[in-house]
Amino acid sequence: MKHIAIGILGAATLGLVASAASAATLDDVKAKGFVQCGVSTGLAGFSAPDDKGDWQGLDADFCRAVAAAVFGDGTKVKFTPLSAKERFTALQSGEIDVLSRNTTWTINRDTALGLNFVGVTYYDGQGFMINAKKLPGVNSALQLSGAAVCVQSGTTTELNLADYFKTNKMEYSPVVFEQLSEVDAAYDAGRCDVYTTDQSGLYGIRLTLGSPADHVVLPEIISKEPLGPAVRQGDDQWYHIVKWTYFALLQAEELGITKANVEEMKASDNPEIKRVLGQEADTKIGTDLGVSNDWVVNIVKTVGNYGEMFERTVGSGSPLKIARGINALWTKGGLQYSPPIR
Amino acid sequence: MASQEILREEPSRGSFINDPKVRGIVFQAVVVIVLVALVWWIVQNTIDNLTRLRIASGFGFLRGRAGFDISDSAIAYSSDSTYGRAILVGFVNTLIVAFAGIVTATIIGFILGVGRLSHNWLIRKICMVYVEVFRNIPPLLVIFFWYSGVLSVLPPPRESINLPFSSFLNQRGFYFPRAVWGEGSWLILVALLLGIAMAWFVARKARQRQMATGQQFPVFWTSAALIIGLPLLAYALSGFPLSFDYPKQSTFNLTGGFQVKPEFLSLYLALSFYTAAFIAEIVRAGIMGVSKGQTEAAGALGLRPGSILRLVVIPQAMRIVIPPLTSQYLNLTKNSSLAIAIGYPDLTATTGTVLNQTGQAIECVLIMMVVYLALSLLTSAVMNVINARMALVER
Repeated sequence: MKHIAIGILGAATLGLVASAASAATLDDVKAKGFVQCGVSTGLAGFSAPDDKGDWQGLDADFCRAVAAAVFGDGTKVKFTPLSAKERFTALQSGEIDVLSRNTTWTINRDTALGLNFVGVTYYDGQGFMINAKKLPGVNSALQLSGAAVCVQSGTTTELNLADYFKTNKMEYSPVVFEQLSEVDAAYDAGRCDVYTTDQSGLYGIRLTLGSPADHVVLPEIISKEPLGPAVRQGDDQWYHIVKWTYFALLQAEELGITKANVEEMKASDNPEIKRVLGQEADTKIGTDLGVSNDWVVNIVKTVGNYGEMFERTVGSGSPLKIARGINALWTKGGLQYSPPIR
Repeated sequence: MASQEILREEPSRGSFINDPKVRGIVFQAVVVIVLVALVWWIVQNTIDNLTRLRIASGFGFLRGRAGFDISDSAIAYSSDSTYGRAILVGFVNTLIVAFAGIVTATIIGFILGVGRLSHNWLIRKICMVYVEVFRNIPPLLVIFFWYSGVLSVLPPPRESINLPFSSFLNQRGFYFPRAVWGEGSWLILVALLLGIAMAWFVARKARQRQMATGQQFPVFWTSAALIIGLPLLAYALSGFPLSFDYPKQSTFNLTGGFQVKPEFLSLYLALSFYTAAFIAEIVRAGIMGVSKGQTEAAGALGLRPGSILRLVVIPQAMRIVIPPLTSQYLNLTKNSSLAIAIGYPDLTATTGTVLNQTGQAIECVLIMMVVYLALSLLTSAVMNVINARMALVER
């Protein structure tokens, strides 16, 4: 299969290409003229191609933000769709520069896999979806003993599922596929009773099913799934650029800088806004990071601030209609918090 | 003497560089050095890169807790088992599907192969159409045909199709009663083994007697009586210790009984039917490779058509059939890795999951390569033994 081929290719790349990843990623990216960004093979709201073939979603927009920070142009990005299995090898081997693919941050991935997660762009949790028409009496995940559960292989979801049923002393039979589209098809065809993945994903998948209204997402959230972008270990400069791109998105929302008013805001009297937008005299914030001083202006002009990005891709402006919840800024009772840009 | 020496040196006349012997040695040495250098370079480079990227390596991860469940497992496995165990489960599943597939494909293939040479026009044409269709479709499509086209359009668990002997068929698979062995059932197994041993002994004696005296003995019926009769007798003597666990309807699925999952079924059926087409052609070629004179000579000796096929044609055809048959068996085993497309947990699928959970790409790919290689070499070795026994013994 294709995936094995990529696995072997990845292994071979690790073996053969000595210098690809060793030089500074920023220099490589500038030399080739675009950011190579790893995304999912299609998850509504996070990274999925639209009817014109352009990648849309929170994860895809984050890649554009990185491109805007580096080049001042959000279109200088190329997307590589990756399955759950391929994603880490692709990053390790230097095939992609950023992995922005609804990937859960765990200690194992941060250490043994040689990755560095830059932050949490979406706080998620694992949930269950069932067909309420076929299973009328079920309204809690604790009633699922004996069910056949569809899940994508090689994910933290698969591990949480095993733990959850074991802890609650329930039986289940896993139905496991490698591609999300195969899991969708099996669930839609009735091969399994339950679909489990990150709750945001369930809402997205529900829209693609035959009759979305028949399916309900059960209330239980069984795990913490902090989803965020990751880069390779061993290149602090690139790590900082990607990390502060994320923080800049949050800071812009906190300061009320939007896609529409970013030009006006440049002339603001507020010293903090001036500093963030690189309007302070002799500022070195951007150049110290390795990008231009108007990097935040470029980011916000391209994708807006974090709040705008969220509402456009998964929130009220999207078919998913997910509430901000814990993804609100810390000032509004959420978890999104940026260290000061100064 | 002198003239002989001149003669002997004649091939190496000319300069040292043009001496074929020297050149041969030099070229072989160069190839070996380049090969060793290349392998050394790849290994060294890999180690360097892994250290530089701070990726953990080594096979220690195999002892870690897997944490994920596997849908189909022939050996004891839970999420508390190790990664190594998970890979072993996959390996056993590959073995099961490969073995079952090989047996079924061989049976179907032989029937079709003989059918293609039938005197009956209809049988001949049906077999021909089958072979041409299945031989020219990629195996992955055949698997999808069985999985999405046949098994997933079956009714949901609540509307299962009832089959005889309390068996059920629905989109979650095929369910049938599971035998529960009670006290004293070991006796049945012993009786079965005894029956097989005795049947083998009878067959040997009968052959010896036929060689010596020409008298025949009804070996088949005696063997059947021994192999079936003895266990039945033991079953009755030990007080009927066998009971059955029947599949029952529960909230979500049928529980109890024995479940054959649709993933296994579709992979097994697809591999069997696909490979059978190739085996049929090999069998046909084998039979046609036995010259017509052999059949005519056997007929002239007074043998009946059935005996001609069994005693004269097939033993000679087997010599032609076995070598290409071996490569079909290897193909089937390797094609079983297509299981990943429909989620059957074979070696490729479980190792793939382990790869992703641990990130140990090089180690996992290496394990897969070594296991498939070993499996293929083992199959070849077994077939070579059979081939050697079938080969023409030159006296």
